[in-house]
Amino acid sequence: MSRIRILGAGVAGLAVATELVSRGAEVEVVDPGGGPTAASCSWWAGGMLAPFCEYENAEEAVLRLGQAAKHWWGRVTQVTEAGTLVVAHRRDLADLRQFAHRTERFHSVDADGIRKLEPELFGFDHGLFFESEAHLSPRRALEDLTTKLSSQGVFIETTPARSEPDLTVDCRGFAARDALPDLRGVKGEMLVIRAPDVSIKRPVRLLHPRIPLYIVPRGDGVYMLGATMIESEDRGRITARSMLELLSSAYALNPAFGEAEVLEIGVDLRPAFPDNLPKVRRRGDTIYANGLYRHGFLLAPALAMAVAELALNDKVTELVDADYAER
Amino acid sequence: MRTFYGTTLANPLMLGTARYPSPKVLEAAFRESGAAVATVSLRREGADGAGQAFWQLIRDLGVLVLPNTAGCHTVKEAVTTAHMAREVFDTPWIKLELIGHTDSLQPDVFQLVEAAKILSDEGFQVFPYTTDDLIVGERLLAAGCEVLMPWGAPIGSGRGLSNPYALRAMRAEFPDTPLVVDAGIGLPSHAAAAMELGYDAVLLNTAVARAGDPVAMACAMREAAEAGARGFAADPIEARDMAEPSTPVIGKAFLA
Repeated sequence: MSRIRILGAGVAGLAVATELVSRGAEVEVVDPGGGPTAASCSWWAGGMLAPFCEYENAEEAVLRLGQAAKHWWGRVTQVTEAGTLVVAHRRDLADLRQFAHRTERFHSVDADGIRKLEPELFGFDHGLFFESEAHLSPRRALEDLTTKLSSQGVFIETTPARSEPDLTVDCRGFAARDALPDLRGVKGEMLVIRAPDVSIKRPVRLLHPRIPLYIVPRGDGVYMLGATMIESEDRGRITARSMLELLSSAYALNPAFGEAEVLEIGVDLRPAFPDNLPKVRRRGDTIYANGLYRHGFLLAPALAMAVAELALNDKVTELVDADYAER
Repeated sequence: MRTFYGTTLANPLMLGTARYPSPKVLEAAFRESGAAVATVSLRREGADGAGQAFWQLIRDLGVLVLPNTAGCHTVKEAVTTAHMAREVFDTPWIKLELIGHTDSLQPDVFQLVEAAKILSDEGFQVFPYTTDDLIVGERLLAAGCEVLMPWGAPIGSGRGLSNPYALRAMRAEFPDTPLVVDAGIGLPSHAAAAMELGYDAVLLNTAVARAGDPVAMACAMREAAEAGARGFAADPIEARDMAEPSTPVIGKAFLA
């Protein structure tokens, strides 16, 4: 059996490690942080398992491959199956109609329906409820994967511990751009706020032509507000404008968010290929698994399975960039 | 005509680069559209080269780049953004956009004229996003602009030409100035209608980028804009109130 070294302990690296170990491979994980940390962009993710909503503006593969995520994550961490509620203000109903037209597996809800699902949303008469979608807490999920791996004897090393492996799987996200020139970073900004006075049970997406927002409950009155999408590789700081837009959108969902405490401000780069789909590429003794873009938790299971099939069974599946070695 | 500051375009479409599902779709849409010009925003992507990866994708499209000042609300912001654009894309072209109203994104024409003057004096070739107001148009030309880009409807609204009468009047008032309908296009028929008014180009973004199939819509827009342009060049008949038979009635053989 071959020995495999995985670089990176973000959602990609940990999912790949978990999948390989479950298939009997001998694995080591190397990350300078010694575990999942704020240095990986999955730390800042929303954690929505929402293949149907995401399909509104993504390739068909996201819809199809993303549907496996709920089950995969359910085996390793707590997955909340409360669905997704999509709403728009009256003036933006055209956006809601377009969203409905381009997605599936939802039912329309009126003011009463919205009140039944989320009594604390303010002033919405029209919405879409994607009942089968789910969400998880990204940091908890990363910790649960780490714990599970360590129970199987796989620990996250800060430097490579052993002699050269037979195979390396590079899951370093944007940091792997040195080896993947067509990888780019897409800036995302998010906030974590605490609003104990507001009770929202499931991810809510507020459609807006310029400032779409989602809010994901983390429990105990803590909410994640996300996320901007900017074609920039500046990971320095949030701009005042982004912060204003995120907070005013939250305020529009429920004015009580105005009293929230801002716990965290997150800024990072989503690694993305030109088609915004993840890819697995083999070059010599290295497999690169990267490009999860805004679908880290949604597509990491599919990416991990593709890596495992390629590494262990030499099988080329959908996400594998088959021509890559020859280029 | 279709010559903008000395550059003649083969195709009447100018296409924006924002809001596509992915850079790959953007690239395919450009290829299908045949657009000769790509507009690109710099404001939010930031200085210090942070947007380089995306800007390189735009350069790789192999079309002329028209950087814009989208998102700017003051003369100072717009002028600074124009300077940055000149550096990043090595072009004197700038699409000058100065937003005056947050909800309609209506241009602030007073600041627009002021910024157009500053930039023209500095050697920029300014493409001003303006309303269909004739006097503003005159002031922009006096400020040094050699192109006018009146709106069809508010940005991203997809409503088509809200006021064809005003756009026609503008064409008549400025017969020798290249004119572009910018913003508000939603359907291919809107692009065709703009070209049928004798406009030199149409500039659109959301209608293609946010269509369910952006590549197919890009193709439809190309065909529509070309059809409109050819129709205008073919000197269409005047509309009239009564039928005009295409076959003379008198002398026609009587068929029982």
